[in-house]
Amino acid sequence: MEINRHIILLLVSAAVMLAAPFFITSKFYIDVLTLIFFTAYIGQSWNILGGYAGQFSFGGVMFFGTGAYTSSILLTTFGIPPIIGIVFAIIAGALLGFIVGFMSFRSGLKGSYFALITLAFAELLRVLANSVEFTGGGVGLFLTYAPGLKDLQFKTPTGFYYFALLLMLISIVIALWLERSRFGAQLVAIRENEEAAEALGINTLKCKIYAIMIMGAMGGAAGTFYAQKYLYLDPPIAYSIHLSVEMLLVTIVGGMGTVFGPLIGAFVLHIVNEIARHFIDTPGLSLIVYGVILIVIISYLPNGLIGLFRKRMKKSKPTALDRLISGDKDA
Amino acid sequence: MLEVRGVTKRFGGLTAVSSVDLAVAEGEIVSLIGPNGAGKTTLFAMIAGFLKLNEGDIFLNGNSIAGMKPHQICKFGMVRTFQITQPFAGLTTLQNIMVGAYAHTNDRMQAQQKAEQVADIIGMTSLLGLGADSLTVAGRKRLELARALATNPKLLLLDEVMAGLNPTEIDEIVAVIKGIRDTGVTIFLIEHVMKAVMNLSDRSYVLNDGKLIATGTPAEIAANPVVIEAYLGHGAASEMAGE
Ligand SMILES: Nc1ncnc2c1ncn2[C@@H]1O[C@H](COP(=O)(O)OP(=O)(O)O)[C@@H](O)[C@H]1O
Ligand SMILES: [Mg+2]
Repeated sequence: MEINRHIILLLVSAAVMLAAPFFITSKFYIDVLTLIFFTAYIGQSWNILGGYAGQFSFGGVMFFGTGAYTSSILLTTFGIPPIIGIVFAIIAGALLGFIVGFMSFRSGLKGSYFALITLAFAELLRVLANSVEFTGGGVGLFLTYAPGLKDLQFKTPTGFYYFALLLMLISIVIALWLERSRFGAQLVAIRENEEAAEALGINTLKCKIYAIMIMGAMGGAAGTFYAQKYLYLDPPIAYSIHLSVEMLLVTIVGGMGTVFGPLIGAFVLHIVNEIARHFIDTPGLSLIVYGVILIVIISYLPNGLIGLFRKRMKKSKPTALDRLISGDKDA
Repeated sequence: MLEVRGVTKRFGGLTAVSSVDLAVAEGEIVSLIGPNGAGKTTLFAMIAGFLKLNEGDIFLNGNSIAGMKPHQICKFGMVRTFQITQPFAGLTTLQNIMVGAYAHTNDRMQAQQKAEQVADIIGMTSLLGLGADSLTVAGRKRLELARALATNPKLLLLDEVMAGLNPTEIDEIVAVIKGIRDTGVTIFLIEHVMKAVMNLSDRSYVLNDGKLIATGTPAEIAANPVVIEAYLGHGAASEMAGE
């Protein structure tokens, strides 16, 4: 019922974000926005499994890292350009999602057990990437600077801005699809009550595996993006717990199981980051500030920041504009 | 339609269901009664694929369904409701019923139409926009029934859908269940409300301590001394005699 409102909101914000680089001349702000979109994208990947299907993961970075290594190794070892490499990164992420999903969901792992298993997988992969040779081990992988679409590299920050924007918009479209499709309804049913979902004919195992595969595919693409932007990869970067935490953090702060939650959360995270960095020079302090925000939100806004808008919308009678936008009698 | 053969379920040392045989034919309303802890819910859980059997076999339309997952059994046309209601609490009534309706369609509009039809049959139309967590006990029981019905079942397993309802609500739901049967759905129900059992069922089975102790028409069951014995102390014997 909020679907049409979603689409209007999406189109308007997409137009604004597409036009933004023409008005923002500061490279710094373009870079911040790029990072916001990247975080929103990776947050959305977490949101699909965590927010919609209700399966929290603490090791979401494993897909990112595996995707990053896949396209980077294909490039450095086999000379396959990243524009093709990203496809393999997506496949590798989905495949890893299948393996992790199959192993843990089939044995009935749920809740914190599942979350910890994903963390264990991510850590395992980090150790593995450190000890084998084809990843460059602890030394890491250096990628060459070769701007061009073929290498998914860009001369200006604006190029990466649009790349990140594209990824982010795709992730929003995926979330919108979940909101209106049977598959999305099935994921939400699993989140709300898995036993009842199964009773009503939902193959809960299959749905959860699909969800983690989508998350994996998205994470894989994020890895290629990152590698081609920063041109360096090592195990602590590829499989950093920090990113695993960030993707769930922005989603919880913004609003789990919502289309725009991860984007809102990513904006807040990076704005807090920048402000904190301006005022205090202690590294990591922004995370403390963000941690406090998280605690406040979990305690008072269980639906995230987006819950603020939702509540207000529910309380107030729909205006004529609402009805016009949503085209729905019970808006 | 449904055939249960020698089904046994043990929880550790406790035999909750002990080599039960029963059958439900197409078009019937069959009830399963018995004191609390008799093993009724456990038997339903096995039939619907939620619990593994220790012994025996279960057939739906001649095919063994023992060992199948609940979602597969649902696709074959048999669906259960839960005695302890299991709503999708964060969703609206409409969304809850739509989840059931999605069992047979991929299309959102079709699922919504189906859900609205079912809500009309069950008498929940005015509740469609409400959050499932704000429903009353009667509302939740109806929601269980509505969601299950939305999956287009051939056989409905209803586990105490009248528990906790007042007499008016019970009369309403009895009428609803009869209406569902008249659309060609076979019904197997667990019930404690004797008036409803008498009123609704073509046949009844009585379970006590995991064993079937009697079967027959409601009138036969009510007159059966073994059954009255089983219920003595539970206050149900006099209620049955009063009918
Ligand atoms: N999952 C379980 N584990 C152990 N014992 C159980 C379990 N489920 C039910 N029981 C026991 O099995 C017996 C039958 O329970 P149940 O089938 O719920 O009875 P009814 O529905 O007839 O009231 C009871 O003694 C109950 O305590
Ligand atoms: Mg019971």
